[in-house]
Amino acid sequence: MNFPIISSLILLPSIGALFLFFINSKNVTGIKYVSLFVSIINFLISIYLWLIFDQSSYEFQFVESRVWIKDFINYKVGVDGISILFIILTTFITPLCILSVNSSIKNRLKEFLIAILLMETLMIGVFCSLDLVIFYLFFEGGLIPMFLIIGIWGGGRRVYSAFKFFLFTLLGSVLMLIAVISIYWIAGTTDVEELYKLGIDPKYQNLLWLAFFSSFAVKTPMWPVHTWLPDAHVEAPTAGSVLLAAILLKMAGYGFIRFSIGLFPVASEYFVPFIFVISLIAIIYTSLVALMQDDMKKLIAYSSVAHMGFVTLGLFTFTQQGVEGGIFQMISHGIVSAALFFSVGVVYDRTHSRRINDYGGLVNVMPKYSILLMVFTLGSLGLPGTTGFIGEFLILMGTFKKNFLVAAIASLGVILGAAYMLWLYKRVVFGELTNQKLLKVIDLNKVELSILTLLALGIIFFGFYPDPFSNTYSVSVENFLNEYNDKLNNYNLQNQ
Amino acid sequence: MTNLFYISTEIFLSLSILTLLLIGVFKKKSGSFIYNFSCIILLVGLAININLNPQFPIDLFNNSYKIDYFTTLIKSVILVSAFIVMLSSFNYVKQNDILKIEYPILILSSILGMLVMVSSNDLIVFYVGLELQSLALYVLAAFKRDNILSSESGLKYFILSALSSGLLLYGCSLIYGFSSSTNFDLIYQNSGSIEYGIIFGIVFILVGLAFKITAVPFHMWAPDVYDGSPTSVTVIFAILPKIAALTVFINFLYGPFLEMFDQWQAVIIFLSIGSMVFGAIAAIGQKKLKRLIAYSSISHMGFALAGLSVGTNEGIQNSIIYLIIYLIMNIAFFCCLFMLKRENKYFDKVEDLSGLSKNHPLLSLSLMIILFSLAGIPPLAGFFAKFYIFTAVIEQSMYFLAIVGLLSTVIAAFYYIRLIKLMYFDEQKEKYDLNHSIGLKMILVISSTIILIYFINPNIINNFVLDITLI
Repeated sequence: MNFPIISSLILLPSIGALFLFFINSKNVTGIKYVSLFVSIINFLISIYLWLIFDQSSYEFQFVESRVWIKDFINYKVGVDGISILFIILTTFITPLCILSVNSSIKNRLKEFLIAILLMETLMIGVFCSLDLVIFYLFFEGGLIPMFLIIGIWGGGRRVYSAFKFFLFTLLGSVLMLIAVISIYWIAGTTDVEELYKLGIDPKYQNLLWLAFFSSFAVKTPMWPVHTWLPDAHVEAPTAGSVLLAAILLKMAGYGFIRFSIGLFPVASEYFVPFIFVISLIAIIYTSLVALMQDDMKKLIAYSSVAHMGFVTLGLFTFTQQGVEGGIFQMISHGIVSAALFFSVGVVYDRTHSRRINDYGGLVNVMPKYSILLMVFTLGSLGLPGTTGFIGEFLILMGTFKKNFLVAAIASLGVILGAAYMLWLYKRVVFGELTNQKLLKVIDLNKVELSILTLLALGIIFFGFYPDPFSNTYSVSVENFLNEYNDKLNNYNLQNQ
Repeated sequence: MTNLFYISTEIFLSLSILTLLLIGVFKKKSGSFIYNFSCIILLVGLAININLNPQFPIDLFNNSYKIDYFTTLIKSVILVSAFIVMLSSFNYVKQNDILKIEYPILILSSILGMLVMVSSNDLIVFYVGLELQSLALYVLAAFKRDNILSSESGLKYFILSALSSGLLLYGCSLIYGFSSSTNFDLIYQNSGSIEYGIIFGIVFILVGLAFKITAVPFHMWAPDVYDGSPTSVTVIFAILPKIAALTVFINFLYGPFLEMFDQWQAVIIFLSIGSMVFGAIAAIGQKKLKRLIAYSSISHMGFALAGLSVGTNEGIQNSIIYLIIYLIMNIAFFCCLFMLKRENKYFDKVEDLSGLSKNHPLLSLSLMIILFSLAGIPPLAGFFAKFYIFTAVIEQSMYFLAIVGLLSTVIAAFYYIRLIKLMYFDEQKEKYDLNHSIGLKMILVISSTIILIYFINPNIINNFVLDITLI
């Protein structure tokens, strides 16, 4: 047995959290350094994992499996080309969140960082679990820390938002639990690799697919169950919004690939029109809603819904470009939305307002900030040369292959996306400096500058040179689609 | 003599009760002494019981008393939890001026009754055990004599319980009439064909038992009695009689009436769904923690019954695991209640929790873990309890039960997280005392740690029930 590198990735943040638990809460610097240290170590481990990862193989690698509940469930984790990128995204965003707490979190810093580190454990766990029950545990376990992050450190309507977040997500996922247990009795195992080989009887697939969908749709979030997201985003503290937007939403997208499509190919094919319709509604409708927002965080939250609509659209085209685009869009959105929420956090810490009308003319007092925000805005609207472009372009290419009309409508969403993002940028950064409060605002400090610069470099670098990502996932995606088509053909042959 | 050897736990407990009574009569102000001594007696009883654990089932007294692995396990669970309950409530009992000699002796006699119930293999023996435990509990509920609520709850419990005992006894007589025996094994042999008399008998007995475990629609007494009784008695109500009564459910249904599974399954499913849903909805509006936990326990009993309605060994085993985890969570919850006191005054309103986390970070952390676990959020123990139950339920394709049950957990989650909201999101109030006994603190820490880290190795608890095979 080799060194259990995945388990150490999962466990390390928890151990850090346990360590924090025993530090005196008055020792603020100690707490910050310990948590930062732990999360950076975790980032380095994940980078190391990426380097030794064999990109030419589609198999799950670094698989660990041991008995957990006797005769029932095994603890099984491992990564393939798709999941490893999400792990790196998680370990990359978490240290930035911890860095950003300097200015935004005033009370109970220790508990906040413990919650963030526990979140990291659970999120990494989601992306590498290869057993449905283990996946469910990590997926649902995230409710507790996130509920507390929103509820304790959130803004004015934090209680309402925390409850909405908690109950919506729980309601969605209990059906998934039933589906998981049913799969155990139908197929005799909950091991994902085994299930890929065995396949699930097509006559059960539609119901099981819907049960999984109910959970992932809430988490993605898809129209019409997206309403918890704007509330949760708006009220959560900056670090909480970043975790939500950058990683939590991706858990559902990842779940769609790994479980909905991977386990139920027949049902997935059957539900394609349904997914296309609600993805299109998400893209167009939420973009229009985003245009009307006067709260910056809410606008970005709605834009997240629209971007995730692109992701589901891409994934369910079942073309190499579409799926790759969906994955790339998720990674890209992870970085861009994190950057946007950090940016909103920066100005919110200074003026304690998120209303767009309170701003205007920021370029006069915060030039560095304005340049960086420009990069993020362009990344979000998908300008060529940023990561956002590659994702959306691939998705649209995949969709054109499948259905011209759908792709045409989705392209409209790109234009709307450009409209609300540029309008937001114009209203916040350009124009006359009318609000007198803004005169005293100072530009980015060193920590903020380094966080935002790092993210901006990421957006531009991978926008021009996406190969590190695409090389990692392309073999896995190719194999994934081949298996998908094989299963579908088998089913069609049997039915003829 | 071999016969008597196998019931030495019961004999030891009876002799101890009599001895303690004598000591109490002759020694003035011996309440505290007897209380502590009863704790030791429970431990010794536990040791004897574990020591007896027979390799094969043993029938005693003309087959009317049964000792096997299952009954021994349940008896041990009852004795352990009784010991823990008494240990944790000592300060409460002392400060509320109910530390009379009768108090521990009544608890011991009710536990003796439970042990008899659990082992009974005959309707008469079962009824004797049931009444012994109930009579002791009536008195305990009304133990705070000067308190009007406590007297009310004792009276209420007595009258309603007497009614249910009457129904139960009527059911027993019907079964005796139609199968010409009171012995479980003989009933099994004699009731080959399905007769309506026997089905009526089963239903009446189920009504009586459902009353004891507060399953809907026989739950009405629970909130009032839980609320009125002294908290140290409420915790007993919430845990011990339920374990005993649910064991009797299992022994009774999966013993003599196994063949009639189709007949009684619908009744159990009805009780289960009713309890899960009603318990979840009714708890939302409660303003007192004890009433809230009463409804919560109604809902939890619904889940345990769901396991019984399945009709497989896994179902029974998972119900037992559910019960064990349920009692750990409840003990921990009541430990928290015992800690909400200021200058010998105990608090049990929901709003008394507000802002608890500011002044009492560790207490509120434990309470938060307990509440999330009661709500069934992974990765805490309460989730696994439900997970096992639904695994058994879905194995038999009872999807309706599973979906209703899981949706009711979402409703129930609302009032659990409302308490967490009070503790963590709201403004603080005055501080509570910190001078709790070391025993109480230890119990809280240990039980909440078990809840928290159960997921690391679930087999430790699960292994206990693997040997239970009734079918």
